[in-house]
Amino acid sequence: MKNIVVRFCGDSGDGMQLTGNLFSSLSAILGHEISTLPDFPAEIRAPQGTLGGVSGFQVELGSEVYTPGDKADVIVAMNAAALKVCTLGSHFNHPNAHFDDEFSLYHRHAIVIVDTDSLTDKDLEKAQYHTQNPFEELGIPESVQIVPVALTTLTKEALKDSGLDNKSMLKSRNMFALGLICWLFDEPMDEAIHLLEDKFKKKPALIAPNTKVMVDGYNYGNNLALSINQIRLDGQPKEAHGTYTSIAGNKATAWGLIAAAEKAGKHLFLGSYPITPATDIMHELAGRKDMNVMVVQAEDEIAGVCTAIGAAFAGDLACTSTSGPGLSLKSEAIGLAVMAELPLVVIDVQRGGPSTGLPTKTEQTDLLQALYGRNGECPAVVIAASTSANCFDFAYEACRLALENMTPVILLTDTYLANGTALWRIPKIAELPAIKPQSVPEELKGRFNPALRDARGVRYWAFPGMEGYEHRNIGLERDAEKGTISTNPENHERMVRARQAKIAQVADSIPALQVIKPSGDSRQLSDTLLVGWGSTEGHLHAAANELGCDLAQFNYILPLPKNTHEVLSAYKRIIVCELNTGQFAAYLRAQFPDLKIEQYNEIQGQPFAVERIVNYASK
Amino acid sequence: MQASDFKSDQYVRFCPGCGDHAICMALQKAMAQIGIPTHQVAVISGIGCSSRMPHYLNTYGFNTIHGRGGAVATGVKTSHPELTVWQMSGDGDCLAIGGNHFIHEIRRNVDLNVCMFNNRIYGLTKGQYSPTSPKGFVSKSSPFGTVERPFVPAQLILGAGGTFFARTLDVDMPTTVDCMVAAQQHKGCSIVECLVNCVIFNNGTHAWIADREQRAEHSIILRHGEKMIFGANKDKGLAVEIDPQTFVPKMIVVPADDPRVLTHDATQPDPTLHRLLALMGQARFVNVNAEVDDELPVALGVIRNVEAETYDVAVNRQIDEVHEKAKAKTFDELTATLESWTM
Repeated sequence: MKNIVVRFCGDSGDGMQLTGNLFSSLSAILGHEISTLPDFPAEIRAPQGTLGGVSGFQVELGSEVYTPGDKADVIVAMNAAALKVCTLGSHFNHPNAHFDDEFSLYHRHAIVIVDTDSLTDKDLEKAQYHTQNPFEELGIPESVQIVPVALTTLTKEALKDSGLDNKSMLKSRNMFALGLICWLFDEPMDEAIHLLEDKFKKKPALIAPNTKVMVDGYNYGNNLALSINQIRLDGQPKEAHGTYTSIAGNKATAWGLIAAAEKAGKHLFLGSYPITPATDIMHELAGRKDMNVMVVQAEDEIAGVCTAIGAAFAGDLACTSTSGPGLSLKSEAIGLAVMAELPLVVIDVQRGGPSTGLPTKTEQTDLLQALYGRNGECPAVVIAASTSANCFDFAYEACRLALENMTPVILLTDTYLANGTALWRIPKIAELPAIKPQSVPEELKGRFNPALRDARGVRYWAFPGMEGYEHRNIGLERDAEKGTISTNPENHERMVRARQAKIAQVADSIPALQVIKPSGDSRQLSDTLLVGWGSTEGHLHAAANELGCDLAQFNYILPLPKNTHEVLSAYKRIIVCELNTGQFAAYLRAQFPDLKIEQYNEIQGQPFAVERIVNYASK
Repeated sequence: MQASDFKSDQYVRFCPGCGDHAICMALQKAMAQIGIPTHQVAVISGIGCSSRMPHYLNTYGFNTIHGRGGAVATGVKTSHPELTVWQMSGDGDCLAIGGNHFIHEIRRNVDLNVCMFNNRIYGLTKGQYSPTSPKGFVSKSSPFGTVERPFVPAQLILGAGGTFFARTLDVDMPTTVDCMVAAQQHKGCSIVECLVNCVIFNNGTHAWIADREQRAEHSIILRHGEKMIFGANKDKGLAVEIDPQTFVPKMIVVPADDPRVLTHDATQPDPTLHRLLALMGQARFVNVNAEVDDELPVALGVIRNVEAETYDVAVNRQIDEVHEKAKAKTFDELTATLESWTM
């Protein structure tokens, strides 16, 4: 087998995210490519055993992995509610719903491992079953291989001499499941034990019991020869040589900022306020005082961006992290940074909107807000990361563009990238692109003002502490020559155009758009171009491979790469695929009215399903 | 250094007769007296008449957006604690649109010098009532009089844990300069409430204390370590009386030679007495129809000046301590600590 999709599913207290992460890391260490999708409820702890409390973690592993997979090949269901949610998908609340190829979270030939100890009458009642036979009631087809395992009993048995109380023993059920899955994929226990030790290094008392349960899970599969065959993945990963780790998007983003600060020789400052799903960026940076990172947990979103603007005014690499509602609150202040022409990195980890919307789900609906959501003519650079791993590269790039061009840069990621993990080749600081923060020529000492620009149209940067460059910066319109307040009509137009020109010239320092060719032999749809931006890269790449068509995935949105029109106009059919109602499509149409642009959209708070894109595009 | 060293080349555009002119001059004098070079000083403001101030000072300045001066100033000071950071703000900028940043800069005790210009009116938007306008105040946005209770800024500042509070009057240049110098010398969030007259929209709002003939009788300039004596003939003093039934303390006026006359201790950590002092005479500014018959003067000068750890120092020290002990201090060293493998 080339690729396989595994989904761990249980109560939100069952440790599914931990299990999934450990299994993914293990798979990555063993040389598989991975892509993960944590899928958890918004409630921190819904009532135990209920449908609302089901937490899932899906991972695709293999040799050509672009996405966490549409549907699972292997399911681990820790309780009755998880079994129901996996089987019925988004229809789990529908009365009398049955397994359906469209909605089920697994294939009809999948392996479903289920904890039979968690299917008691009480469990079934909590998960709103009407009969005592959940498999029949859910209409699970016979082709699905159900593997009943008494997970709870076996875990207790494994720990009977441990001296742990019943509750603590039950917490280790997930490790039995992990051991069992490791056996299923023939993954060696020593590496898994090593990972576990690392995970619990701060709670050493937990290492021994968890290891015992995991190894017992492995041996259970091995010795009792479950009625399923082990799965062997073949094929070599396509990744380049190097040192790898698995990394979540938010952590990669945080580390991109750290690397950029070091490369640029600037202090890193983050002003932020907690908001799902962006908070992990702040968590990571707050812990990086070893790297001299300054984090201010501000009193609100506005203070988050405004403290950052203060730090930028004072000469730092200043950032703020947020999600959609926070970006709305920061709009006015981002306008100030545009007007004051200060470098500022704004990270928007998009979630389902509008308003509070779907805080834990993914969507690409903040694009137009990032582009236009401010008063006045207020251009800022907008870029987007497209994999969990390249959140690092684009966070780094956001810093480079901000510092070199004296402008706010809005970096768009989303829930899917932020919480998902991927293989990341660890770079050395020396190999990263140079960052040359804008400075000020010595000859301007004593006659500096904040309107003075270099040949690119980028204003010079002087900050408090520098003798002889004292000046007053403003959010009011400034005189294009003197830098002081001006209400002159011609001057205003000149300044509006100067700010636009400054953003437009950023196109000179970004890479050209590269078309991704399908990896298979098929060139069935050679006239068709799939177009996407940001986090849909994996799904669109997989779809393009199946369709035999090309893909243009955008990371640079404002400004667009210079060759955008040239690339797009070579195709007869251009399909812009987005997780919104067509924001990028509308943007492209406005830029290139001569192009006929078709759009495919999903707005369900979930990543694309490759199959649905393929179905649409092959029509 | 001279006051002129701190004057920018910009023409001062406050209305003729506005109290802000005097504050501007006092600020230039105070900065000269303090003697920190212009390039080490950053003056941050929000929006409003008061927020034009940075333009007239030859230091680094940033005239930001409405209400956010405090947050921007917090960013400047926290990231660069070596700088001297001033914040210019008004009763609207600080207490209405920027109220959240205001209480949090005080709570964190960020080492800022905040001049809050209180003219009890919105001047730049041409005459609407503010959070310090007395109840019943008639303005363009309250043609029938306001129905809201105003803030007494001192209450809010002390409630937020303020470590420094001074109050001054636009027409009293020496006290204004003294308060500003003391604000700079105090390490922590120093709030100077500058009572200023808006000659256009709220003329005479502080007349009760600002009128030259009445000022000595209606106000007292508090000085740390000195007896609380006031009056044109220096014949009155302040004392505390505790109501025997309710145990509520209140300030009273006694003859200057009464042994009960208090000596001002601005450094007392307990804010009870500072609050009593700061609230003297404020009833007149809380309700336009207030009938106030007490003789208590309005307190001017440095009312509270206590030491406490500042946020900017604490956060930078924590970073230094962690960085010092860390094994990995660079990006390459940091990535070397990751669980990784080679392909």
